[in-house]
Amino acid sequence: MAKKKFVVGCFDDEDLLFPAVKKVRTVGYKIHDIYTPFPVHGLDHAMGLRETSLHTAGFIYGITGTTTALSCISWILTKDWPLNIGGKPHFALPAWIPITFELTVLFAAVGMVLTFCYLCQLAPFVKKHRFHLRATDDLFVMVIECTDKTNTDDLKSFLSNAGAVETDLQIAEADWWVGSYDKEDVPFENTNEIAA
Amino acid sequence: MASIKEQFEIPSKLKTWSYALIAVGALALLAGLFKSGMSNDEHKQAIFIGTIMYNTIFWTLVCNASMFFICITTLAMGGWQQSFRRVPEAISTMVPIFGSITLVVLLYVAFSGKHQIYHWLDTDAVNNDPILKGKSGFLNLKFFVFWTTLAIGLWTVLGYRMRKLSSEADNGAFDNVSGAKFIFKNTVGASMFIAWFGLTVGSTIPWLWMMSITPHWYSTMYSWYTFMSSFVSGMSLIALWVVYLKNKGYLEYTNQEHLHDLGKFMFAFSIFWTYLWFSQYMLIWYANIPEETVYFKTRVQGAYKGIFFFNLIINFLCPLLILMKRDAKRNYTLITFMGVLILFGHWIDFYQMVMGSISKDQVTLGWLDFGILSLFVGLMILFVAKALASKPVIAKYHPFLKESIIHHT
Repeated sequence: MAKKKFVVGCFDDEDLLFPAVKKVRTVGYKIHDIYTPFPVHGLDHAMGLRETSLHTAGFIYGITGTTTALSCISWILTKDWPLNIGGKPHFALPAWIPITFELTVLFAAVGMVLTFCYLCQLAPFVKKHRFHLRATDDLFVMVIECTDKTNTDDLKSFLSNAGAVETDLQIAEADWWVGSYDKEDVPFENTNEIAA
Repeated sequence: MASIKEQFEIPSKLKTWSYALIAVGALALLAGLFKSGMSNDEHKQAIFIGTIMYNTIFWTLVCNASMFFICITTLAMGGWQQSFRRVPEAISTMVPIFGSITLVVLLYVAFSGKHQIYHWLDTDAVNNDPILKGKSGFLNLKFFVFWTTLAIGLWTVLGYRMRKLSSEADNGAFDNVSGAKFIFKNTVGASMFIAWFGLTVGSTIPWLWMMSITPHWYSTMYSWYTFMSSFVSGMSLIALWVVYLKNKGYLEYTNQEHLHDLGKFMFAFSIFWTYLWFSQYMLIWYANIPEETVYFKTRVQGAYKGIFFFNLIINFLCPLLILMKRDAKRNYTLITFMGVLILFGHWIDFYQMVMGSISKDQVTLGWLDFGILSLFVGLMILFVAKALASKPVIAKYHPFLKESIIHHT
């Protein structure tokens, strides 16, 4: 839990955003994140984000499900409580395949959703700092992480030159914390932030 | 637009290879004809005819799957396939050629007066057999000949119309009105093909041609299973030709993104094929009724056990594990490898579907099978290359081409 210094630049056009991202990266500033009202195609490539490993996690959850299902059913139906079902052998593999499949899908799906929420820092009762409320409406909000040596005024004017309609210096918590939006601040009643 | 290589020129190496394959195949065919085709043993004859039969049915259905692919993407208003659409079109020109071979072989089987392959052709046996008598409305000589001829004929005609329509995209740019009209005509043509395809490949044809070799047994899933086998092989064949043309410097607008989508088709439909394989197998295994298990008896417990499960490994486990990763589907080498493997796997699948019923006690896989396979592969390579050379490889005025150029997954 550490507070960090951020410079926030808001763009009102996605065509301006892409060249700006390129410029910011060429100069060497560190982009913390970009908040957009809708998924912008190709922005992850422009930002240089690495390919997600969510699918690898999904594969591992999947084979965990397969193993769980097969080992459970085979232990129960051959060792723990063998039953004669329609004269079939106790180790009746074809009959177990549907259950194995379902459990594989269940483990993979639930595991991936939870992992996704963790990676995006989403959960009930937790709060993340919002850099600009209009990021959910019509602004593309680029957040740049500053170090001790960053000249924030230079950075602000740099962003303005790159096409930002609004720039801002914020000292904010970078991670998530337990809290609630309702109590601490109410969206769209904060007149300061809405005035653009 | 940068300059693109529109005209495919057949490399001499490809011609040499295809002639060599055809020569090997023809030799094998002749040797097989003298060794078993003209022998006095009816069982040997049946094996010879059956070997030709499953090869020709397999390649007809695989090439027909190309036209199916064109039609479903047309109906779904898909644009991504436009940059390489001439490849499935060229493959679908094989339907009349392989279709005629199939027609000749099946008509020979129907009229030869021998009942080794189609037991239900034996009218005396049918009259004394209540089960076959009940099926005689479907399984009879007249309907077989009529439906087989009609099926192959309409695949040819409807496919030809789609290909002819596609040539309009070479003549010049469309305006809004003529472009919309062109798309509408494509939609109508594709719907007609799909409707006929559903009535034949999707249901009756596999029952009639292949399932009826074990006439007492039936499975409603059989046609879907066969159709999926041919569809996933058809997608692999398209991918192989696309990779070949890319290697030769054609198809400039086709890139990894398109290959990725072809790979997805190969991956997804391998899984779907397995789903059908399993659904057909498990229901019969569970119920364990003798009249239903007769088909699996020779395959699961008999001589074909090895081939039956080998089939499952190369057609399910290999695509599942190898094609699962995104990088694998974007890798030309891996897609080529998997394309060949899937085609081979489903060829083996057709082998056991047909020969497992004709030669129940003995696996006949040998030089004759591979020889005749090489005949069909050689013909396929030669004629698809000729079809590719007969038209520009890119339909450059197609209204959806831009969608394909900017396509990314």
